[in-house]
Amino acid sequence: MKKLLLAICALVPLFAFAAGPSVHLDQANNDLTDKESLKNGFKTYINYCLGCHQLQYQRYNRTFKDLGIEEADGVANYMYTGEKAGDHITNTMPNKEAAKWFGTAPPDLTLEARLRSPDWIYTYLRSFYMDSERPFGVNNKVFKDVGMPHVLQDLQGVSSIDEHGNVTPAMGGSLTTEEYDIVVRDLTNFLEYVGEPSKLEREAMGYKVLIFLFIFFVISYFLKKEYWKDVH
Amino acid sequence: MLTNFMAWMDKRLPLTDAWNKHLAQYPAPKNFNFWYFFGSLAMLVLVNQILTGVWLTMSYEPSGDGAFASVEYIMRDVDYGWLLRYMHSTGASAFFIVVYLHMMRGLMYGSYQKPRELLWIFGMLIFLVLMAEAFMGYLLPWGNMSYWGAQVIISLFGAIPIVGDDLTQWIRGDYVISGATLNRFFALHVVAMPLVLVILVFLHILALHEVGSNNPEGVEVKKKKGSIKLEDQSKFKFHAQYTDKYDIVDAIPFHPYYSVKDIMGVAFFLFIFCWVMFFAPEGGGYFIEAPNFEPANGLKTPEHIVPVWYFGPFYTILRVVPDKLLGAAAMFGAIIMLFALPWFDRGTVKAMKYRCTLHTVNLIQFVISFLILGYLGTKAATPLNNMIGTVASFGYFGFFIALWFYSKNEKTKPVPERVSH
Repeated sequence: MKKLLLAICALVPLFAFAAGPSVHLDQANNDLTDKESLKNGFKTYINYCLGCHQLQYQRYNRTFKDLGIEEADGVANYMYTGEKAGDHITNTMPNKEAAKWFGTAPPDLTLEARLRSPDWIYTYLRSFYMDSERPFGVNNKVFKDVGMPHVLQDLQGVSSIDEHGNVTPAMGGSLTTEEYDIVVRDLTNFLEYVGEPSKLEREAMGYKVLIFLFIFFVISYFLKKEYWKDVH
Repeated sequence: MLTNFMAWMDKRLPLTDAWNKHLAQYPAPKNFNFWYFFGSLAMLVLVNQILTGVWLTMSYEPSGDGAFASVEYIMRDVDYGWLLRYMHSTGASAFFIVVYLHMMRGLMYGSYQKPRELLWIFGMLIFLVLMAEAFMGYLLPWGNMSYWGAQVIISLFGAIPIVGDDLTQWIRGDYVISGATLNRFFALHVVAMPLVLVILVFLHILALHEVGSNNPEGVEVKKKKGSIKLEDQSKFKFHAQYTDKYDIVDAIPFHPYYSVKDIMGVAFFLFIFCWVMFFAPEGGGYFIEAPNFEPANGLKTPEHIVPVWYFGPFYTILRVVPDKLLGAAAMFGAIIMLFALPWFDRGTVKAMKYRCTLHTVNLIQFVISFLILGYLGTKAATPLNNMIGTVASFGYFGFFIALWFYSKNEKTKPVPERVSH
């Protein structure tokens, strides 16, 4: 019987075969407490992403409040199409037409960071390369045959891959590689924030609750001990 | 004033009597260990699920068009909505952790054996209803994994010959999973199932208090009336319902002794629960699966459709059987085996420590098989995984079969008359 037990135990390590992500992802190392980074990311989002990708579950004024932007400043600097501050962050792109233009309608990105992880977004936006077979002339190493163009090409330029799979650095952008990485990190940071706006509040409350529960546990332990003196 | 009020009440409703019978003068064995926390914890989680569920219902919109957005509305616009939602979603997983440990306790100490068979059956019914409740609840956020998970499980009924197709359509209320399915699942999840659950929990406790609590020694603390000398009996006061029929030894009143002990257990449990809820509410992708952050989409299948972790063991048993009908039968069979456990075990000695070594080994292999099955249920069905899953399935069913054989003429160790403490 002990042999059987050993045999079963021996099988356990086999589970190390769990399938990981097929593409290596770079770490975004973004920081949700960095308000400047979040504001930059918000700005980049409004300027480059919102035309196609809505954040339909998130409101402008909530974003202003969480990022420390005065509502009047926010309306003046972040809102271009005359919505009200309490509106959701949406665009007017018709889904049906968009599906015709891109092959599929651009998805809402409110929860993208929770769906795919911040690291995924950070790596994805830095992984476009030239591919003349594709309608927009670019492909992506993380998301093969993605339907979207390289929207940040003005900033990054575009890299290419030779037949051996070697990547040449991006050329023709207005930013250096380091500067571009910061832009993408800020954007990633913003998307992580939008994915769960209450995350910082949640963690802050968590510490308080755990401290309370720890004290409560200690008290209840001594209470129990006191009562159980009668039990022999 | 209060005394008068209670006297007035007691003439009309046996309040004090019920309090004494079930709490203040209920004889609980004094030697409960760590494993005896999970019953009260299961009740705590049930209350948590009901309360948070009620408040979530106030802001949730049960419709194919509105469900997903309403969950995000709760997460963003409702005051502390995120807290309610995470308490509920973490609570669902916590419920199963607690219930699995509670069942494990029953296995180790033979708490399902005569005279506690009905108590065990009520418990198993609770487990079954809980699974239905969780399954239906999982559809409600209307994420893509909600959708496809429900699709896979409901399609199982299609394997039943002749009536299969009509049956799945009847369950879904549509040709595919749709808003109609969502609405009926909502109704069942928030009204029907909780009602049944609460009634079953009530019966479970009533049955427990009729037969009395087992303990880690598997030795009864209620002895035949007149068999114990007065000075050997428990010095505490117990309700006449128990003392009229039995001499009570080694027992203490549930309240205050186990109520204060359980409060300590609650504090410890909540610490771990809140740790997960506040700092990792997705539970590493096991409590809230990543594809569920994308709305249900009948045209887009998630890469791996896997049920939530707590269905893992049964889902693996389903998957390793090549034939769909036989697989579904094996899956339901796995649960029926648990129901029939009191009759698979033909032994009379309850606690693991006084039973034969083979029983301990069998129990350990059962737990390992169950954990392996659970783990595999959340992973892709590769040939290797299926092979291991098959072995573990044999381990699962083998536990019951082996138990039936060796428990008949089992070589047990001598069981003491009284519990040692």
